[in-house]
Amino acid sequence: MATKLEFEQKPRWVLALADSLVMIRRSSTHIVRNTDQLLGTFFQPIMFLVLFTAVFGGAIATGSENYTDFLMAGIIVQTIAFGSTTTAIAICNDLQRGIVDRFRSLPMSNLAVLTGHVVSDLFRNGISTVVMVLAGLLIGFRPTATVQEWLQFIGLIALFTLAISWLAAIVGLLAKSVEGVQWMTFVVIMPLTFASTAFVPAESMTAWLRPFAENQPVSQMVDAVRALLVGAPAENSILLAAVWSVAILVVSMPVAAWLFKRKTSQ
Amino acid sequence: MRKSYKDNQVLRGINFEVEKGTILALLGPNGAGKTTTVRILSTLLGFDKGTVTIGGFDVQTHADDVRRSIGLTGQSAAVDELLTGRENLVMMGRLYHLTKQSAHARADELLEEFGLVDAANRPAKTYSGGMRRRLDLAVSLIATPPIIFLDEPTTGLDPRSRIAMWDIIDRLKQGGATILLTTQYLEEADQLADKIVVIDGGKVIANGTAKELKARVGKDRLELTFGTQKLFKSAVSVLEKDIQETNADNKSLTIVLKDTNADVKKTIDLLAKHELKFDAMAVHKPTLDDVFLALTGKQAKDTEGK
Ligand SMILES: Nc1ncnc2c1ncn2[C@@H]1O[C@H](COP(=O)(O)OP(=O)(O)OP(=O)(O)O)[C@@H](O)[C@H]1O
Ligand SMILES: [Mg+2]
Repeated sequence: MATKLEFEQKPRWVLALADSLVMIRRSSTHIVRNTDQLLGTFFQPIMFLVLFTAVFGGAIATGSENYTDFLMAGIIVQTIAFGSTTTAIAICNDLQRGIVDRFRSLPMSNLAVLTGHVVSDLFRNGISTVVMVLAGLLIGFRPTATVQEWLQFIGLIALFTLAISWLAAIVGLLAKSVEGVQWMTFVVIMPLTFASTAFVPAESMTAWLRPFAENQPVSQMVDAVRALLVGAPAENSILLAAVWSVAILVVSMPVAAWLFKRKTSQ
Repeated sequence: MRKSYKDNQVLRGINFEVEKGTILALLGPNGAGKTTTVRILSTLLGFDKGTVTIGGFDVQTHADDVRRSIGLTGQSAAVDELLTGRENLVMMGRLYHLTKQSAHARADELLEEFGLVDAANRPAKTYSGGMRRRLDLAVSLIATPPIIFLDEPTTGLDPRSRIAMWDIIDRLKQGGATILLTTQYLEEADQLADKIVVIDGGKVIANGTAKELKARVGKDRLELTFGTQKLFKSAVSVLEKDIQETNADNKSLTIVLKDTNADVKKTIDLLAKHELKFDAMAVHKPTLDDVFLALTGKQAKDTEGK
């Protein structure tokens, strides 16, 4: 043992932050190395965008805007919502392989394991969103957003991604297998994205569904994004979307942390 | 310590000490409670009753201090498949809070030591089982912890890799580490350990040095097989007083060896003197089953899945 080892001498919270950075780096490397998933990140949103405009474009009356302008917000939010499945799967995978045991036997911050996955999800969704906006521009998406509105859009999307990824972390911790993750996220996300204003205006839905579709968080998010990007009527959707996201975040983070601790000490 | 899952008592009062700088082997069959014990000692699992002190720190009240001084290699390889060997090492080093330079320097040193230099920049998922096991162990040594837990470090390795692993473990001890390893093989415990604790069904059933245990278990045995019944019968009459067991169908007989080398030589010489040729000869070392047979009077019971 030739090398004399040196340890970081820093306060606890700095070390905890450093742990998170190490884990974020790990999960981000996964994104790049996992080529199948990376291709999905690029092609899935493009496919949705093209299919939806081609299939529904003629049939759906959205008011004044063209359907691509209307759809863009819906597709972005939907892609992020479904993208959170990746976080859940990654966490479930970690728990099934012995690697979480190893992390827990280290003098590191335990929460960093979850933070790593959640934050890298932010990067991946960032890539997806950029790809979608560019593809949208090619097929007729004409945003009217000012620089300030673009910035607001980025902030809001990031907040929403974090919130939904922490929620997904809970699913990843509860599920017993990757298959379990898949149906659990599907059962939650499918109704939330389809019974929303993402693809069709709420006015066209069955009466009993409308109140839900108009007020649930995904719809607020879609309306907010739509307002920012193409100037659709906002009402107070921007504020509500932010409030929903923060609320989900504030609840799901400690729940995930608690579940992680409980699940891994059995 | 004691540990149960619901009403399944997995550890029914395990008690032992490992002296600094020595190797202790926890020997037991499937389901004996080896992994459970290691998980408790390495702060991964809570327990119901008892106290556990690692390097002077209580695992329940000072988990972080314990974690700083231990390295754990679990029963199933715990490396990140998508990261390369080097990335795995550096990542774990950073999580032990080594400085960047130290983590990188130590990673290089370990890659060298464990024969992984050529594979250092390949994702771990491309590694063979033996390489993965070596990486797994290397990772747990990244911060040179003074206390090391190895849960069945050689299970699944071919004989050559197993011996290489024994070498590595022995060198760790020479370097001053205190090691607790689990195994299902008496031979392995005998090779490596200063002290052996035999557990079965969550209880310690024996505790001592390999020598002490073997003295209780019995001696090596020599088995001789002959080509014809005539030779077999003559041999039985020549060796009569040393014979423990005969098997006329196989034309084989078994002799208990008090002093393995001397007794084998004596027996062969005696047979040669009477011009009795044998077909095959084998020296049997006591196995885990013999240990259990001697200690409990019954076969090692497989309590797995109960
Ligand atoms: N989470 C759990 N819930 C219920 N029972 C468990 C749990 N984990 C382990 N057991 C039981 O505890 C007993 C001891 O298991 P343990 O894994 O410690 O055995 P082991 O000696 O390591 O066996 P092996 O040689 O197969 O690795 C087994 O009967 C097992 O079924
Ligand atoms: Mg085990």
